[in-house]
Formats: sequence, structure tokens, C-alpha cells
Amino acid sequence: MNDNNLTNEAMNIKPHRLSKQEIEDNFTDLHAPLSAIEALIEADRCYFCYDAPCTKACPSDIDVPGFIQSIQSDNLTGAADKILTENIFGGMCARDCPTEELCQQACVRNDHEEKPVEIGLLQRYATDSVLNNGVQLFSREEDTGKSIAVVGAGPAGISCAHRLAVLGHKITVYEAKDKLGGLNEYGIAAYKTTNDFAQQELAYILDIGGITIKTGMQLGKQINLEDLQQQYDAVFLGCGLATVNQLNLDNENISGVIDAVEYIANLRQTSNKDELMVGKNIVVIGGGMTAIDIAVQSKLLGAEQVTIAYRRSKNIMAASEYEQALAKKHDVQIQYNVSPKRLLSADSNVTAMEFDIMQSQNDGSLMASGENITLKADVIFKAIGQKLVTEGLIKNNSLQLKKGRIVVDEHRKTSLTKVWAGGDCVLDGNNLTVSAVQDGKLAAISINETLTQGA
Amino acid sequence: MADLSSNFLGIKSPNPFWLASGPPADKAYNVNRAFEAGWGGVSWKTLGEDPHIVNVNGPRYTSMMSNDRRVIGFNNIELITDRPFQVNLEEMRQVKRDWPDRALVASVMFPMNEASWAKLVPIIEDAGVDGFELNFGCPHGMSERGMGAAVGQVPEYIKQATEWCKKYATTPVIVKLTPNITDVLYPAEACLEGGADAVSLINTINSIMRVDYDNLTMFPTTGDMGSHGGYCGEAVKPIALHMVAEIARNEKTKNLPISGIGGVTTWKDAVDFIALGASNVQVCTAAMVYGFKIIEDMKTGLSNFLDEKGMNSVQELVGKAVPSVTDWKYLNLNHIDKAVIDQDKCIKCGRCHIVCEDTSHQAIEYSNNGGDRVFTVNDDECVGCNLCVSVCPVVDCISMVAMTSGTDPRTGKAISPKASDWTTHPNNPLKVS
Repeated sequence: MNDNNLTNEAMNIKPHRLSKQEIEDNFTDLHAPLSAIEALIEADRCYFCYDAPCTKACPSDIDVPGFIQSIQSDNLTGAADKILTENIFGGMCARDCPTEELCQQACVRNDHEEKPVEIGLLQRYATDSVLNNGVQLFSREEDTGKSIAVVGAGPAGISCAHRLAVLGHKITVYEAKDKLGGLNEYGIAAYKTTNDFAQQELAYILDIGGITIKTGMQLGKQINLEDLQQQYDAVFLGCGLATVNQLNLDNENISGVIDAVEYIANLRQTSNKDELMVGKNIVVIGGGMTAIDIAVQSKLLGAEQVTIAYRRSKNIMAASEYEQALAKKHDVQIQYNVSPKRLLSADSNVTAMEFDIMQSQNDGSLMASGENITLKADVIFKAIGQKLVTEGLIKNNSLQLKKGRIVVDEHRKTSLTKVWAGGDCVLDGNNLTVSAVQDGKLAAISINETLTQGA
Repeated sequence: MADLSSNFLGIKSPNPFWLASGPPADKAYNVNRAFEAGWGGVSWKTLGEDPHIVNVNGPRYTSMMSNDRRVIGFNNIELITDRPFQVNLEEMRQVKRDWPDRALVASVMFPMNEASWAKLVPIIEDAGVDGFELNFGCPHGMSERGMGAAVGQVPEYIKQATEWCKKYATTPVIVKLTPNITDVLYPAEACLEGGADAVSLINTINSIMRVDYDNLTMFPTTGDMGSHGGYCGEAVKPIALHMVAEIARNEKTKNLPISGIGGVTTWKDAVDFIALGASNVQVCTAAMVYGFKIIEDMKTGLSNFLDEKGMNSVQELVGKAVPSVTDWKYLNLNHIDKAVIDQDKCIKCGRCHIVCEDTSHQAIEYSNNGGDRVFTVNDDECVGCNLCVSVCPVVDCISMVAMTSGTDPRTGKAISPKASDWTTHPNNPLKVS
């Protein structure tokens, strides 16, 4: 699936729905960075809680009150150090973490005046200061002579690679795509990471050295797990979920039915967003972050009517209340309890989609109510999840999978002795950047302990 | 509406808020603006002998600010008036003529020789001023020349200069005291002996604000070098209140009228000073930080407060809190307070716990059952120190509650209804039997 599916002007699919300037304005920072004085005032709002709930809520264990105290005292390098030591992607996480469900939801200020400390924005302020000024906070320990392969240059893989490089190991990162960054580069909504931030952050991270990058290396094609196990002292799999789920409808390949992640990747890579083909009436199938991201970004590109169709109810939706509100703020309609039934088309172009209206049963399962609803659409975005590509992973060995994901223990170790894994490809992952970074960090610590045991 | 009018030593003003001698009271232009805004009186910027002094043309003021740029403390190295004596005099004469209902006091600073006082005091009085305020307080610049705080730090000089002023003045004489001393009662008693009609306090406190973190010099500097200044503003109020209260409760000086100065920013600060013994207050820094308009809230706030208290005039408030001030040795050692946390108000930040745990008596316990954070006071350890209340971000969440019966679980001793203090305590080697 690609842009070629979106070429039918007659079907209301066209570029330049908005002017270049309008689109540029629409895709500026969702949350503008704090100025120095705003940061100081916001930092003053932190109560420095004991056993801080915000830190407990952070998947990557960032000492939130600690870094805010350093912002308060103008010790920005100290603040950034506290953040990046726990989470080397602290800059990206400051931009794309669902803070409203994590640290900021835990902030005691919610009980005080229903306005949490803006932890995400403060984290961005602190990390921007070292990234923008090129202050390198990390250096490599003495060479250990150990070499480790990392598969996938997303947040999990690079987090693991960085930590291992700091510890003195030699790392080779294998990446299937042309550019590094994984979903930071190809997936996150454009208004959350402006000005090529993903690459700027990667440049900072890789600057410490010891990390060799090999792009165009895809599992099952140029590389496979067995070879890597033989060549390296350890392997970390951070390969993500490289393919998307399908609706499994008869005529799913008709023009106008598109994978959301593919479209978002194009949106992130193009330098002329106004050239992107945009539908007039868009229906998004799904209920997660990707659904919200494609819906909101379609609106920002000038789509007239955008509806998210989700088969379950509002409170079960994976996208947070905050994200749902963000969608509604951008005039995106959300249709709950509707399950895709069939695609309607004319001349092999989609024209509408019919849904079963669903009812939840007592046991949680869904049952069609017998009623239907039809939503007019010239573009249907599929955002119903992604799945692991197992080629090159499980052939001739016993890497344990469950529910299509890699099984790991609390150290992110897989069933294979020399193999660790993290990020979206592992079981029980929550698909957050911050969790992927934490996986990479924990795996690196475990790999280091394993490789240096008895040394 | 309570009556805000003030009669301090026979000097009448429509309200008890005077502008203190300092930059805002430097010349007619400023004072006219202050009176238009509603200030009750002014102590004109200190007059000295001609030739007039000169000031630096660089930073004279620096503030200590919170992160949201709220001024907490303030430093000043400006000297007394840097304009000719006669120019000030003519302006004072005109201002008093234009504003007959406002108080106009001449702040003065002359050398320690009688001839200066003999010559200048009558001339100033002839301009129509309501009284004098002797500046024995400025801690910077003038003190290097044997005036200001250099006089205020030597009780004998205070007495001598006060006597000279009283000898040649027919209007009331107020002596303004420096806080840069060990015990304010010595200068206060010297004022009394010299015949002063009142004291005003405090003047500013010796201060250096900080260093310049780039150059590692003191900050600020005039060119390359700096000099200490006088510290004032909200941060100094507790120091001033203590000194005012000491004079107000001292047997010898308790009837000496006091004009309260030091960090008055709102009407509440005025209530503090007046309840602790001052008859009126003087304000400088707050005007320099916010402009003259703050007088409006000061007046309505004080008036509303007096109404709420059922008081008809400021006079009824004067000294109300003085009887509650005593020496530590007279505090009731049988009184037992325990901290009580209102769990409905608690936002679970845990500041009370960590400060008590790290720095006090380990009397606030923390439990966390699956994210349900609870902070509770352990009466077995609580000494009622009030540290938890002092750091709690929630209004009225933690309070100190007195035990009136039963046994203090910390000591195992029964609560005694009888007061007992250090003077009779068995551990006191000097106890009275």
C-alpha cells in the first residue's frame, strides 16, 4: 500500500486542500516549548513529594522532583543528566509521552488545584538545553572487548545500544529502513516532534561512539537471528512490529483503503506536506494512538470530515481520554461500538463503509445488535494494530513467542541464552516510546551483567 | 467603617501609612504623587548639611526574587538627599502648604556637633514641617563618615544628638534606629534619656545580595567594585517586629511611641506592627516595588480588618499582641501540642513526612498500599514542633492541637492543667525554689 492508492481526484482525493502556509502552521509544536521564565515559574510549582508519585508512574524511573529542583536552581545540565541517565530518549519522551496518564496524572497538584505540574514541558526544557547546546553528558568506559548486535534502531534498540556503549561494549545496530529512529522517525505524529527532532536526538545519542550503524538490513533478508547469535556475544531484538493487521474483508485491496502507519510514515518523511493526497471524507478504523494520530493529522491536512470508527465503547478505547479530547478538539468525530462489516465501492474505489452496531455482552464479548450504520468515505485508514514479522527470527531455533510477540523476563531476556528483546515486539509491552526505552536500558544492564560475570 | 485617622505625637494624618524616608520621598514630584494616591504622610528623604552628598551613577538597588520574579528582599546603597538643602526646604514648604492634612516630617542627619543642629533645626522647622526624624540608621556610606548607623550604634551618641535636636526643635522628635546592633533596648533607652518623643524602626540591615556568577565578583558593582548596602523589603519584617515588640514590652520604654518600619507591604503587615506596639507604620520598599497605588488596598484592608474585629480606630489595635510576647523562660512547659493531619485535605505530597523524618522527630509515618499514600502522625514521637505545618502546601491541612487531658504518649506524663516554666524546672541550675 502506498500513495498510489490515492490518486483519484474524481473521488475527492487530492493534494493542496490547504495552502502550504496553513499546513505549516497546523503542524507546529502541539505544545510550545517553555520559555526560561515559564520554566522557572512552573518548576516552582513542584512540591518535591516524598517517594514521588510522578516518578513511580514513570515507566523509565525518571527522578522527576530531582530534575525539577535542578531547573529551579538554574542547573539545567544537572536536570538533563538526571533525565537522560534514566532515559536517553528523554527529549522525545517529553514530547510524545502520554503524561496525562503517567507522571502528570500522579501529580499531587491534581488534588490541590486540579492542575498538575507540566512535567513533560519541563523535561523538554531541560533536555533541549543540552541537546541544543551539544553538551555531551556521557562518555564510554574502557573497551570490554565484547560486541553486541542490536536489531532495530528504534527507541528500544538505540536505548540498549547507548547504555551498552557507555559500559564499554562495541555495538552494531542493524536497521531495515534507510533512516534510524524507528517510530520516532516514521510514526509519531508530526506535531509532536517538529524540526527533525528525532534525528537531532539520535545524533546526540550516537555521538558517544562505539556504535556502528548498518541500514538496509532486514531480518529474514539480509540478516537472521541465528547468524547474529553466532557472530556476537549477545543480541538485542528491538525490531518492533513491522507489518500491520488487516480487516480481512473481501475487497480490502480496492483503492482508497490504506494502512495508517504507511501514510503517517510518508507524512513524516515528506518535505512538502501540501503535496500529500488527502481525502474529503475519511474514516479511520481503530481505537489506539495511531487512529487518533491519523485522524487529527488528516484534519490538519485539510480533510473535511474525519470519523474514527471503534468497535468497542469509549472507556475501553486504548487512546487516552486526553487523546480522544484532542481528536474532538480538531473536529474529529468518534463513532463507538461499530464493527467493520463491508466496503462499498464504485469503479474499484471505496465510497463508504458499512458497520455493525455492536453491543457489549456481560462477559465482555461483543455481539452485533443487528443494526447497521454506513459512513461515507473516499479514504479508509486501517489503524487496527501491527504485528511481529517472524521471518529470520524463529527459523530453526526456539525463540519463544506468545500472542505473536516475543516472551521476555523482567530483565528483558528471551528464551534464548544470548538474546534479549524489548519495545513493541515483546509481550505485554504497552507500545509507548518510554517503555521501549526502559526495555532497552534494562536489557543493556542485564547483558552487561551477563557478559562481565566473572570477568 | 473604622476610623483610620492617626495622631502620632500630635502629628495628624488621615491614615497611619506614611512613606518612609528614602528614594520615594526624595522630592516634591514624588511626594505629591504619593499624597494624590492617598498616603497619610511622609518622612522626607534625609536632609544633610551642604555641600550635598553625591550618589553613585550605577546600580543603587538590587532585589532578591522568587522564580516568578516576586521581590522578597531588597538592597539599597543610595545615600541621603543629593540635592541642595535649600531646594529641599522650599519644596517641603510648598508641599506642606498644598497638603495641610498630611503629615510631613523632616528626616535629618547632621554631624556630631551641636552647632550644626543649632543652625539647621530651626530653619527646617520654619519650612512648616510637623516634626523631625533623626536618621541614626543608614548602614552604608554615611556611616563611614560618622553619621547614620555610626551614631545609632552608640547609645551615648544617640542621647547626645537627640538632646541637641530637642533643644532647638519645638515640634516632636522621632529617632530612627538601626537594627545593626546587638540589643535594640540600649539605643531605645538612650532615645528616651535624650528626650525623644518617639522611636521609629527599623532602618536597613547591612547586606551583600550575592555574587556575580560569571565574574565571581560581588553583585552588583559600580564598575569593578561594590559596597555593602542596606537590606529591606518583606524579608526583614520578622526582624523589625521583634525589635518593635522588645521596645513595646520593656518596662523603661513601653510608653515610648513607636513608628513601625520594615517590610510593610500589605495591610496585614501593618496589623503586625501595630498589634506589636507601633502606633503607625512607614513604607518604602513596597512603594518602590509596586508604586504608590498599593496604599488603596492598605487602607481598605486595615479598615475592613478593624471592622471585623469590632474596633473603631487604629488606636484600639495598638499593642494588642504585646502582652502575648514574653521571654522563653516563661513559656509553659506543661503545654502539649500534637500535630493533626486532616486526611480529607491532605494531597499526599509527603513533605511533612520527609522533613520530620530527616530533620526532626520521626513523628509522621508513611504507608503506601498499592499507590494509596497515607501520612499519619505518631503521637508517641510528636513534640508539637510545627515543622510539618511550616512546610505543608495545603492551607489548614495540618494543625497543632493542644492536649487538655490524659497522658502525653511521648513522655508518659499526665497532662497538667497547671502551667510550669523553666524558672522552676528541676533541670534549671538557676531555678527559683
